[in-house]
Amino acid sequence: MTRNGTVLPPGRVQRWLTGLAPLALLAALIGGLVWWGPGNALRGDGYPPVERLTFQRVELTTDGIVVHVLNDGPDAVQIAQVQVDDAYWMFTADNRTALSHLARTTLSIPYPWVHGEAHVVRLVTSTGATFDHEIAVAVPTPQANVKSLGLFTLMGVYVGVVPVAIGLLWFPLVSQMSRRGLDFVLALTIGLLLFLLLDAVGEGLSVAGTMPGSFQGATLFAFGALAAYLALEGLGQWLRARRERAKAAPSTEWVLALLIAVGIGLHNFGEGLAIGAAFALGEAALGTLLVIGFTLHNTTEGLAIVAPLARERVRLADLVKLGLIGGVPTIAGAWLGGLVYSPVWSVLFLAIGAGAIAQVILQIGTQTARDLPLMRFLATGHVMAGLFAGFAVMYATGMLVG
Amino acid sequence: MANLTRRTWLQTTLAAVAGGTAIAQQTGQDREREALAHANHSMGTVGRVGTTVFDPSVYLRAWNFSNLPGPERDKFYRETPRPDGTLLRDYEFYSVDREIEIAPGVFFPAWTYNGQVPGPTIRATEGDRVRVTFVNQSAHPHSIHFHGWHPPAMDGALPDQQVLPGERFVYEFDAEPFGLHLYHCHTVPLKRHLHKGLYGAFMIDPRESRPPADEMVMVMNAFDTNFDVENEVYAVNTVANAYMHDPIRVQVGRLVRIYLINLTEFDLINSFHLHGMFFDVFRTGTRGAKAEHTDTVMLCQGERAILETTFRYPGDFMFHAHQSEFAELGWMGLFRAEAASRDT
Repeated sequence: MTRNGTVLPPGRVQRWLTGLAPLALLAALIGGLVWWGPGNALRGDGYPPVERLTFQRVELTTDGIVVHVLNDGPDAVQIAQVQVDDAYWMFTADNRTALSHLARTTLSIPYPWVHGEAHVVRLVTSTGATFDHEIAVAVPTPQANVKSLGLFTLMGVYVGVVPVAIGLLWFPLVSQMSRRGLDFVLALTIGLLLFLLLDAVGEGLSVAGTMPGSFQGATLFAFGALAAYLALEGLGQWLRARRERAKAAPSTEWVLALLIAVGIGLHNFGEGLAIGAAFALGEAALGTLLVIGFTLHNTTEGLAIVAPLARERVRLADLVKLGLIGGVPTIAGAWLGGLVYSPVWSVLFLAIGAGAIAQVILQIGTQTARDLPLMRFLATGHVMAGLFAGFAVMYATGMLVG
Repeated sequence: MANLTRRTWLQTTLAAVAGGTAIAQQTGQDREREALAHANHSMGTVGRVGTTVFDPSVYLRAWNFSNLPGPERDKFYRETPRPDGTLLRDYEFYSVDREIEIAPGVFFPAWTYNGQVPGPTIRATEGDRVRVTFVNQSAHPHSIHFHGWHPPAMDGALPDQQVLPGERFVYEFDAEPFGLHLYHCHTVPLKRHLHKGLYGAFMIDPRESRPPADEMVMVMNAFDTNFDVENEVYAVNTVANAYMHDPIRVQVGRLVRIYLINLTEFDLINSFHLHGMFFDVFRTGTRGAKAEHTDTVMLCQGERAILETTFRYPGDFMFHAHQSEFAELGWMGLFRAEAASRDT
């Protein structure tokens, strides 16, 4: 090494070597495992393969049922036959029926499904193992066209934009409140957001549970939430730094309102995704009237956005801007969920929503608490009352929703 | 996802709204008609089962190893005349574990007699001596339990009558009474040893033979491929839809005799229904009198009947279990009746 010192500093070569040597050893080890297969020796001869198939998307069309299938198991799977409702049915595969690990295929089954009824699609593999998917209520799957896009947009407006906008209309009331009243409203906001956070965590983990094991749903959720939290934290610091540089820049309150809007927007994106996903999975039920309940539920999100702005002079255009940031992502989410649904997206965006909301909760908390420690502030009578009221409102309207 | 959450509610409600609009979108009944007509032709399995190891169409009309070429057949079946005019019939049976294809591409880890499911058909005449040498080449204890008259030592059912792997046993008895019988493994657990494929037809002809006919053996069976104590594949003679793809050819005006045995496991009963025709039923085949004249006959597990009919019209005649579920899971086939000859 020392002789080559003139060309390359010996320290650097050594560093490279110490970095690469373990990798080389690892490669050799993996090569050995694949080549000699002690794993196979453990498994022995004649063990049946571990077969696992996951239904990723099921579409109902005028030609029948189309299922998108993923081999989620470690071993190759050969799809041999398809049953629908306990009857063997002809099918065609878009490319193949022999699926290696993580390979996908699309099967078209010309089955005369019945509108509004339940069906079970069962895949029979070469070993006779079976994998079922239940279509709880059969309705035609919307295809990507102007009409369905328009429909998704309408849903997004209905569920995301309108309720948030209505909530913003509380601004004049909030701006006339006393200090204590305002603290109450901000605490109420924290309560609302806390509810959304817990709801998103619960939902995200439950979707993660339905995901193929290889996608490690829970881990994905945790990391997505952490990343969103840190990203929003960074955004807040950047906005504040910019404010210090330029005097005409927005106030802390404005930054906070903006952050809340972004957080709620991210949350609503995940919500929109879930709406679209419902189409993708062919799930449907009755009860259109309950949309009213949901609108009530989401109206509070608008209140959360305007609460920090009570002492600010706010232009209508700014309010509209905040409302759009909070509400419009629902539409984008619905599009994505409806047209290219996968539970991975669902988990990821629910996680991002959760992380963003967690960050916003802390922001509001520390900012409202001012000099007091956060917990002591929260434990104050009127603040606690606001907190519980917020949670109660969400809980009660949540009950309307199911 | 039965648990209702705020979001699942949202999903379902909105999906219902959207679904409604999507249906409204769907105009043109022609499109629907076309799709329905298409779907009507799409029931059944995809592909064909390989017939090199086991061909249901060959099994249908083979007994006493008649499907094998002469020298090969001698290894498994020999006839020796006896002084009283009857025959001593010698059979070589062995059990072996083997994967069999029961529907196109679906392989079942079967336990078999002589590598096939159902096992080889034994056919004797009443009064003949039947001698079956059984060698257990499988990994599990097995036996052969014959229905028919025999002394207890030949029953193959008691605990000390199990033939362990590598061992052999000779079953010997007189063929009685005439009729349609069966044989199967009687090792516990019974359900498993039966549904794995250890069974076959045992026919005993009356001394005064039945009228000449086009004869065939049909064993109604089924397979639980995913071990949930329910069958995923139903068939007559093992292969789902085999006779849909390769119809059984028969002649108009010629007597057809079907030896029908139910060896379906897990389901209490099975049935046979023939389209456009009626048939005579001889339950268990032990009496000359017709039990009934019908187009649907129901058999319990292990029950059997001889059916006789004559095709009146040329063309395709469907036959299947009248349990629609069994029919749609593979137990469905076709007879193709052809006019006897062109100049008549």
